Amino acid sequence: MPDNDKMMRAHASNTPVPEFPNPAFTTPPALSQARVAIVTSAALHFAADDGFSPISDPKFTVLEDSERELRLGHFSPNFDRGGFAADINVVYPVDRLRELAEQGTIASVASRHYAFAGNQDDTVSGIRLDTGPEVAKRLLEDGVNVVLLTPV
Amino acid sequence: MCTLAHVFEAAGLATVVMSSIRPVAERMAPPRALHGEFPLGRPLGKPLDSEFQHAVLAAAFALLERPTGPVLEDFPEVIPSTGGEALSCSLPARFDPELPAAVDEARALRDAWNRSREASGRTSIGRAVEVDGIPDAVAALVRICEGTHWKEAGIPGNPIEAAHDIRSYYQELAVELADAPPGPWAVERWFYDTTEAGKTLLAARRAMRDAGAPQPLWFYMAPGAEQ
Repeated sequence: MPDNDKMMRAHASNTPVPEFPNPAFTTPPALSQARVAIVTSAALHFAADDGFSPISDPKFTVLEDSERELRLGHFSPNFDRGGFAADINVVYPVDRLRELAEQGTIASVASRHYAFAGNQDDTVSGIRLDTGPEVAKRLLEDGVNVVLLTPV
Repeated sequence: MCTLAHVFEAAGLATVVMSSIRPVAERMAPPRALHGEFPLGRPLGKPLDSEFQHAVLAAAFALLERPTGPVLEDFPEVIPSTGGEALSCSLPARFDPELPAAVDEARALRDAWNRSREASGRTSIGRAVEVDGIPDAVAALVRICEGTHWKEAGIPGNPIEAAHDIRSYYQELAVELADAPPGPWAVERWFYDTTEAGKTLLAARRAMRDAGAPQPLWFYMAPGAEQ
């Protein structure tokens, strides 16, 4: 089988990206005091909802921390999907966060995590101006101060 | 991910991005990123290896101690995308010779999928069809290979979504049949190189391309590097 990752990495390396002049930098608390959430671009969703559009879709899903019956909704065939089929934590390490909280490495795990779709239009204006700030607001309301962002 | 990192930081949240394509992280410069040179789709590196996953998380969270950003570091262990062990995963013998081989195969593998569903508690099938519709979705691809125009072959949903469901079915049952955690791209290699459904999907994709189907509709049925 050809090296699909090499092809995709070369393609993405030459794709235009949005610019963020004067980027913010938030100083976190000590890790042992941090409440941590996961935000993934794997388009995880529930069987009962409609999932994400194969075309650019800026919406998000809310993932209760205890929920594991999730679908990998990202439509793209251009990443290894066998890893997720074997172990949800290789994309969405929610059990690993729980273990870190039990060990006291982090203070706690968020009540809710969030998923977006990785396929966004070139401007990313939907997640930049609308759904991204909305999720930030919800995370802050949950007392989260550290976010781990995982792609597929 | 990098866009969301900038949005979240502006709102007062500290972020760590798991980078999978380094040049993107370099150009977008999120405040903290750990690049893992792992197969795409495996940001924590290795499935069913909690020790490795914790090592990745420890490296990622260590970036939170940096007083300024942006910082982009590499996880020291690289996992090559190719050259790993093939999936050891046997396929059922032919059962109903009246059926196309790919349809017969998909039907015969249902028990394995059922066991996978019970073990994991989840499935990614359901964009175009639920699991009961998988053999019919495969049959539609067979008809395309046999010369039926793709618009008249009875593909459920659209070709991208139908292919997603067929692939998910095989990916999930392969994990159940295999005797070890799947290596990088091993499930996909097994599907396209070994199974009747995988070969049929690629043949149908080529037929759609040759018939002038819109490029995204056939291209996203399978990995871009596949022919």
